[in-house]
Amino acid sequence: MDNNLTKIYNRSLKGPLIFFVVIMLLPFIFQSNNYILSTFIMIGFYSLVTTGLTLLIGYAGQISLGHAAFYGIGAYTSAYFTATLQMPSWIGILVGAIIASLVSLIIGIPVFKLKGHYLALATLGFGVIIFTFFKEWKTITGGLNGFFGIPPLSLFGISFSTDFQFYFLIWIFVFLGIFFARNIVQSRVGRALMSIHGSEIASEAIGININKYKLQIFVLSAVYASIAGSLYAHYVTFINPQLFEMMTSIYFLIMVVIGGIGNIWGGLIGAAIYVFLGELLKDIVPKIIPNASGEFEIVFFGVLLVVILIYMPNGISKAIFHFIKRITSSFKNKPVSAFSKKSTGSDIHD
Amino acid sequence: MELTSQFIQLIFSGLTIGSIYALIAIGFVIIYNITGLLNLAQGDFAMLGALTCISFVNMGFPLIIAIAVSVVIVTIIGGLFERLAIYPARNSSTATLLIITIGAAFVFRGISILIWGTQPLALRPFSGNQNINFLDATIQPQSLWAIGISLLSLAVLYYFFNKTYLGKAVTACVVNRFAARLMGISPQKMSFWAVSISAGLGALAGIVIAPISGASYDMGIMIGLKAFIAAVIGGLSNAPAAIAGAFLIGILESFTEGYLSSGYKDAISFTLLLIVLFFMPNGLFSKVSGKRV
Repeated sequence: MDNNLTKIYNRSLKGPLIFFVVIMLLPFIFQSNNYILSTFIMIGFYSLVTTGLTLLIGYAGQISLGHAAFYGIGAYTSAYFTATLQMPSWIGILVGAIIASLVSLIIGIPVFKLKGHYLALATLGFGVIIFTFFKEWKTITGGLNGFFGIPPLSLFGISFSTDFQFYFLIWIFVFLGIFFARNIVQSRVGRALMSIHGSEIASEAIGININKYKLQIFVLSAVYASIAGSLYAHYVTFINPQLFEMMTSIYFLIMVVIGGIGNIWGGLIGAAIYVFLGELLKDIVPKIIPNASGEFEIVFFGVLLVVILIYMPNGISKAIFHFIKRITSSFKNKPVSAFSKKSTGSDIHD
Repeated sequence: MELTSQFIQLIFSGLTIGSIYALIAIGFVIIYNITGLLNLAQGDFAMLGALTCISFVNMGFPLIIAIAVSVVIVTIIGGLFERLAIYPARNSSTATLLIITIGAAFVFRGISILIWGTQPLALRPFSGNQNINFLDATIQPQSLWAIGISLLSLAVLYYFFNKTYLGKAVTACVVNRFAARLMGISPQKMSFWAVSISAGLGALAGIVIAPISGASYDMGIMIGLKAFIAAVIGGLSNAPAAIAGAFLIGILESFTEGYLSSGYKDAISFTLLLIVLFFMPNGLFSKVSGKRV
């Protein structure tokens, strides 16, 4: 319990700032290495989605298996507004976010009456329905052939066409997203969400409008996903419906759960682990089993997933933060803790 | 009559796919009620069953032996899956367990890519390719096999759950887990049996559908989900209703494919699911029949 309190009231900026500086310095080291930059950019897109999803899953305690739909709504709206209608990028992003929030509001009202597996299945069904829209509404989305020729993002007169430029853009969005989420979590809303997660009946009894909060967070997470989708569309310049199918939603959920629900950095950590693990396995596994074809490395991914979740059901971020705390406390507080231990010992003797 | 023959044909293909969904849906009902688990690896048992059976047939085994052996193998895989992945995490949250089953599904899919590759494989129909003419409609004999086998296995299941000791113990867990425990039935043991049995059922379903739609490593995802929709539409605590739901979904899909476009097939099933969830969260048939398996 006291663990949860420190999580709410940890307003220290030291750790996040160090991390921010490291992230912002990385591209200068790997300036010529587009592979590393693009890997980090992908982590950025996923982090933005999973941060919103962490709010929903970890703080409001609601599962969504349909977030690829909002990711796709952002991507297709941006594509349509910039490529087909020739409008500036920010309009595409804004309209995408508005559409995503409206759709999430409409779907959220009935969906959040459901619980547990029914909720998971309903959001999954919603994702499949939106996927069918992307696939069949050919005049706007281009159907299964995909949507070509999305222009690179340009904001405030700056065009983000290289990986180097885009890196800074996406990571600034990620950090803004995380800080916004952190402020929500550390506010009245955050405490209300935690109480909903703890017990819906109890929080309703103390006067928290649980449906309102669940819905607000669902809409917010949809907006996060939609913005990430818009940026993604501008980055890859070509999108097709398969990018936003059911499996993508499942991957988002996987990232959130491996990262650790209940920690605002969990989404980022999960996204990073997911991407690095994927790249690593793609690299290593063919060397061990050279004569197999297809993406059979998902075996190892699946095994790791099961093992991580059996042994760390609270996700990796919890283990990481625990580790950091132990290291920092062993640096700083060693004399204090030794002293306090001694004093309690003497108390007993007395 | 062009229209009636098409109608009959669509009904039959609907019943065929519906009977496949029914076999898997029962597995869902059993697992869900005993463990509270939404097993997203359920459809992959069908995939494993179909591909294993194809391998045995290609090795020259008679079809009936190939079917029996592969159902047994997949049943054992199901039991292993329960002991290795579900049992250790049985106290985790819904999301965690959900993802564990997804992880298991990845493992199954990856292993089958490793063994059988990514190309779809075909199984020869159980009794030739000679189509049967029925009221101007042409019906594949395999459809009759599918419907027949699933009805037969439903009958066997009925016997198992109502007349045998183990079956009654599983049923007791489904009806009231807590009371079953007070009667000395271990829900953990029953969870093992439930997952094994539904893996075997899934394998049978996969084998039966393989001559019609082929078998490939990724066939399990949608079959599993559709069967789950069927189970939810029927009412998760009720096996006969889940079977009715399965046939409903099967016929709905075949009519969508026949009269609209196959692209809308999935969306229509899921729309029905959402409508049922929003307005009748206990399932379409919840009032009609009592709570039993």
